[in-house]
Amino acid sequence: MTTSRAAWTPRAGGALAGTGELTRLAVRRDRIALPAAVYVIVALVAGTAYSFRKLYPTQAGRAALAATGESNPALRFLYGRLDGDSLGSLTTWRYGIWAAIFTALMAIFVVVRHTRADEEAGRLELMGSAAVGRDAPLTAGLLPAAAASLVIAGLLWLVLPLAHLPAAGSAALALGIGGCGLAFTGITAVAAQLASTARGARGIALGALGAAFALRGVGDAAGAGGPSWLSWASPLGWVQLARPFAAERWWVLGLHLAVFAAGLALAFRLAAHRDHGAGLLPDRAGRPAASRWLSGPSGLAWRLQRGALAGWAFGFAATFAASGAAAKGVGQLFGTSSALQRAFTRIGGQTAIVNAYLAGLMLLAGMVAAAFATSAVLRLRAEETSGRAEPVLATAVSRVRWGLSHLAVAVGGSALLLAVAGLATGLGYGLRTGSPGPEAARMLGAAMAQLPATLLVAGVAIVLVGWWPGGAVAGAWTAVGAVVAISLFGAALQLSHWGLDISPFTHVPKLPGAAVTLRTTGTPLIVLSLAALALAAAGLVGLRRRDIG
Amino acid sequence: MGGQGDTGATAQGGTGQLHGGAGQGGAGQGGAGQGGAGNAIEVRALRKSFGRTVALDGLDLTVRGGEVHAFLGPNGAGKTTTIRILLGLLAKDGGEAVLLGGDPWRDAVALHARLAYVPGDVTLWPGLTGGEIIDLLGRLRGPRTGIDPRRRQELTERFDFDPAKKARAYSKGNRQKVALIAALASDAELLILDEPTSGLDPLMEAAFRECVNDERHEGRTILLSSHILAEAEALADRVTIIREGRAVETGTLAEMRHLTRESVDAELARPARLDGLAGVHDLHVDGTRIRCQVDHAVLNDVLARLTEAGVRSLTCRPPTLEELFLRHYSTERATAGASR
Repeated sequence: MTTSRAAWTPRAGGALAGTGELTRLAVRRDRIALPAAVYVIVALVAGTAYSFRKLYPTQAGRAALAATGESNPALRFLYGRLDGDSLGSLTTWRYGIWAAIFTALMAIFVVVRHTRADEEAGRLELMGSAAVGRDAPLTAGLLPAAAASLVIAGLLWLVLPLAHLPAAGSAALALGIGGCGLAFTGITAVAAQLASTARGARGIALGALGAAFALRGVGDAAGAGGPSWLSWASPLGWVQLARPFAAERWWVLGLHLAVFAAGLALAFRLAAHRDHGAGLLPDRAGRPAASRWLSGPSGLAWRLQRGALAGWAFGFAATFAASGAAAKGVGQLFGTSSALQRAFTRIGGQTAIVNAYLAGLMLLAGMVAAAFATSAVLRLRAEETSGRAEPVLATAVSRVRWGLSHLAVAVGGSALLLAVAGLATGLGYGLRTGSPGPEAARMLGAAMAQLPATLLVAGVAIVLVGWWPGGAVAGAWTAVGAVVAISLFGAALQLSHWGLDISPFTHVPKLPGAAVTLRTTGTPLIVLSLAALALAAAGLVGLRRRDIG
Repeated sequence: MGGQGDTGATAQGGTGQLHGGAGQGGAGQGGAGQGGAGNAIEVRALRKSFGRTVALDGLDLTVRGGEVHAFLGPNGAGKTTTIRILLGLLAKDGGEAVLLGGDPWRDAVALHARLAYVPGDVTLWPGLTGGEIIDLLGRLRGPRTGIDPRRRQELTERFDFDPAKKARAYSKGNRQKVALIAALASDAELLILDEPTSGLDPLMEAAFRECVNDERHEGRTILLSSHILAEAEALADRVTIIREGRAVETGTLAEMRHLTRESVDAELARPARLDGLAGVHDLHVDGTRIRCQVDHAVLNDVLARLTEAGVRSLTCRPPTLEELFLRHYSTERATAGASR
């Protein structure tokens, strides 16, 4: 009886009672992902500062790099504005905004995970029935993201001066990056009250982040003559508008804190005025009956994956158009470092440098498309473990037909993504050089040459789904990770030929640039395609033989 | 876990007896089994293990064409595993399984075009509406067993279901309704329902019973897996009770009752002596009031002794399915305990 009476006694702290326990639980659930994210972000910025020091030891080299960065609108769109040509300014230019984006992404995912996702899954209800105050779950949900943002700021503040950057500028850059994390913690807190699902809350917050990137991108690219004030409307823009390492404007950093505070105040107000489990935005009603498109397993697979595919395609279009537009200045960019210049003239001068850059972009497109294709194939496994495959396979749908329906999305989707990447790169580059048509056609071909290697990587996923379903998710993503690591770092790590050959992308002709003949271009592509086909067939055979569920 | 072996052994002994009895009672069933043609489901000595766990240990199950057959057992007894083998989702380790005259593994696609299935734990695609899922499942079954739009509309109203909501917004009961409407609105010969009423409120449960009775009159075969005995009692033509992967009783409810005991509760003029009589169990004597369980074989003798003593009031009632079921399980548990 004493225990039950104790539970009835209101605890000290009132609305915040239990926050400590809930926060400890949240931190425990994030004990690996959160430190890893903090480490990657700090290492990225500090590593850039350190490597710029090695690559651009002279004032002249830095001035040339700064001039290129400033004169190219596409680079300004991607990286932002430059104030001066000191090592600190260049570091702020190259990774200030991107580190802020990564910090904001970390905040968005962590906040949604501990607020709306818990509520949607019903875990919060269980905790809410315990002796926990009304404001405790939201407070505990926000604390890990806010604390991680502050840790990032603190570590950068400590580490950047060790890379010989001035203390004041280091502090301004560190606070700007950490401040973005805080600002998006506040924004996501509001999003988690608006939407009734974790997916919806992430969508709202990611949309806000995308808008912040676009606003400052247009503002930064516009230069003095255009609407450069747009950058002031974006928390990401504030990182560089605080001018770290160039006569710091400290008050700008207060804007992040203001957004954080306003977001928190609004979120707690909204949370107090809504029911548990409900969002403020109503769930839209859908069709009461299926359209004629939703009539077979393929219609279902397409319906399940089309949203994700549209998101990937949009991301591909924006990224590759901007990266393609940046290609024109890329020769000069490398030219600014004497070490890099020597390396690149050895491959063959200006045209060769641009081609090598474009071929690198296509390799990147191929690998990211492989990640999409892998996730599309693994959807089979997700459908199975969630129990949603069972009602489908209990109808007149064979396992092979069911498997093929998702494979079709993987193949068609990655082909679409590569086409988007090729066309966007070609148009971005071509519009700046004055020949969009031929460039788009050339790059479309170069992008599509990646498709067999992309599908071969995803083929690993279908073989695992067929033969080793328990390890399919981990195994398939390990394969993607290994291929990316070998393709990006294999040469630098001086892997043997045998090691490099493991990655199918090693065998893809380096287009544009390489000579196109049937033997040098056609043979490897045909062999890769046949290998991908063989893996798909092997996977489907396994799927037919094993137990489902 | 030292007692595990003992439990198994005793349970088997007990099972053998009861099962033998059930076989006598269901003599007609044996005949139908040999004939084969009239049976929708024929399972003999079915075995399935997952690693070291034995899920099915020689299960027998016969479902005749046109009957509602209740498949009863507690959670973990092997009901869902049996159904999954019948649907060709799992491969059997041994024994025989025939579904609608075909091999459930080899002929899965052709057979599935003739049946509709409601899973025990319905998970749906969160982004699709209930109405879309009902139509989709019907179309996946093929044109022959698709959804009848008039029937779909009627069922939607009967179950008071809103088909325009996204599935992520549905409660467990509403998810269950999606699968039920998709199955009941179809034109399938065989309905396989795995605990179909879990999550439904009593009103909806009543609506479900009405629907099953309608289906029966249309001549459809229904395999109804359940652990709700009242439901089985109200709906089923025949019942199979399974325990630890084996059928322990099968037959009509009347046959099963015939093999067991009647509950007798009598108020007498004078005290009567029943304690010497074989076949009388759980005897409670309280002055002139007598309560006991009586084997069918000696019911006549017991009644004779009671009338001799002068009957003032008498209730003699067959056991409910729940009593049958519980007694079955508790006897085995008791024997298992005693042998330990």
